[in-house]
Amino acid sequence: MATLAINPSIKDIWSWLEDVPDPEIPVVSVVELGIVRDVARNESSIIVTITPTYSGCPATTVIAIDIEQAIRRHGVEDVRIETKLSPAWTTDWITPGACEKLKAYGIAPPEKGAACAGALRAGTTIHCPRCDSGNTECISQFGSTPCKAHYRCKDCLEPFDYFKSF
Amino acid sequence: MTGNPIYEFALRMGDNCLILGQNVSAWCGHAPVLEEDIALANVALDLIGQTRMWLGFAGEVEGKGRNADDLAFLRDARAFRNCLLVEQPNGDFGQTLMRQFLFDAWHHPMLKALAGSANVRVAEVAEKSVKEAAYHLDRSTGLVIRLGDGSDESHNRMQAALDGLWRYTGELYATDAIDEAVIGRGFSAIEEQYKNYTSKIFDEATLTIPEATFMHKGGKSGLHSEALGAMLADMQILQRSHPGAQW
Ligand SMILES: [Zn+2]
Repeated sequence: MATLAINPSIKDIWSWLEDVPDPEIPVVSVVELGIVRDVARNESSIIVTITPTYSGCPATTVIAIDIEQAIRRHGVEDVRIETKLSPAWTTDWITPGACEKLKAYGIAPPEKGAACAGALRAGTTIHCPRCDSGNTECISQFGSTPCKAHYRCKDCLEPFDYFKSF
Repeated sequence: MTGNPIYEFALRMGDNCLILGQNVSAWCGHAPVLEEDIALANVALDLIGQTRMWLGFAGEVEGKGRNADDLAFLRDARAFRNCLLVEQPNGDFGQTLMRQFLFDAWHHPMLKALAGSANVRVAEVAEKSVKEAAYHLDRSTGLVIRLGDGSDESHNRMQAALDGLWRYTGELYATDAIDEAVIGRGFSAIEEQYKNYTSKIFDEATLTIPEATFMHKGGKSGLHSEALGAMLADMQILQRSHPGAQW
């Protein structure tokens, strides 16, 4: 971060944000997760619009602070973070590249379009991130963070987190 | 009471989430198994997040400078607009779970209907919350079936919980002018969905809905049971004794 770019383009700002990791899953960025919805600027300030993943997710506050700091580090003083609820965040916005990173990190990426009541009970097949087996079982629909469910692979016997479709 | 039905309605939605969320969070560290402990804490967290959206909105509509925290921590029981169901004590795990199921089975279709509301803010908050509510319903449904159709002990506890709590479900879909101002006539469809869904799941769970129950009401207009006062005393004591205190 050597250069102090005080007149950054929108593209510059997006690229800075691509370096801001998710506080709970640091292998993916807040941009890859689809949390950053918009970047705008006027003469004096930069406005970043974010959307919460889960309404009570404590990481949302941390993400707003991290984004603000990342932009300030590049020499911009006036940064405003705005929150937008609609359209509601969906795991469909997570980029394919981020899904690969999640898998390599040991978290099964979200199955597309499975987020409705009864989806898990109806038995959407979740694949083990380690051995790719579909022979898995749900231990709990709620895991270590609001966005994850807790699964177990019945072939390699490893427990793993599933990033719930949402 | 202000005359704005949107304010009152947002309080009802927010207070339901707040009171249930606070009650459920008391299980943190005490649940029968680790997975359930985590699940209860996550459900409580979602509900508190939804509370912040509804009460924040209510405060804006009211226009007196009160934020979500002010509304949560500085109102007396009489000013709360939650339904009686959510203030019923945690009891055993079965009672907590049955209360959750009876709430989720209403909350999910209600939010789904509200996501199409003509009021943009109501629609936005509902659109955000409904996905969380879907997972809550998924979990409570699965557990009601497993425990209802489980051992004699778990079955009996779930039946006792249903016998004790069913009387508070009528208030969920009983409408008044405030509800109708926001959701129109949509409530009759929610009542039908609620009854169909719960009776289907209780069938599967081998549980019996008590017959000819007198349905208690009052929470939505501020007439609460004793449990709410005790719970609020616990929840509000810090802000009441040290106004403005922050972490
Ligand atoms: Zn495996």
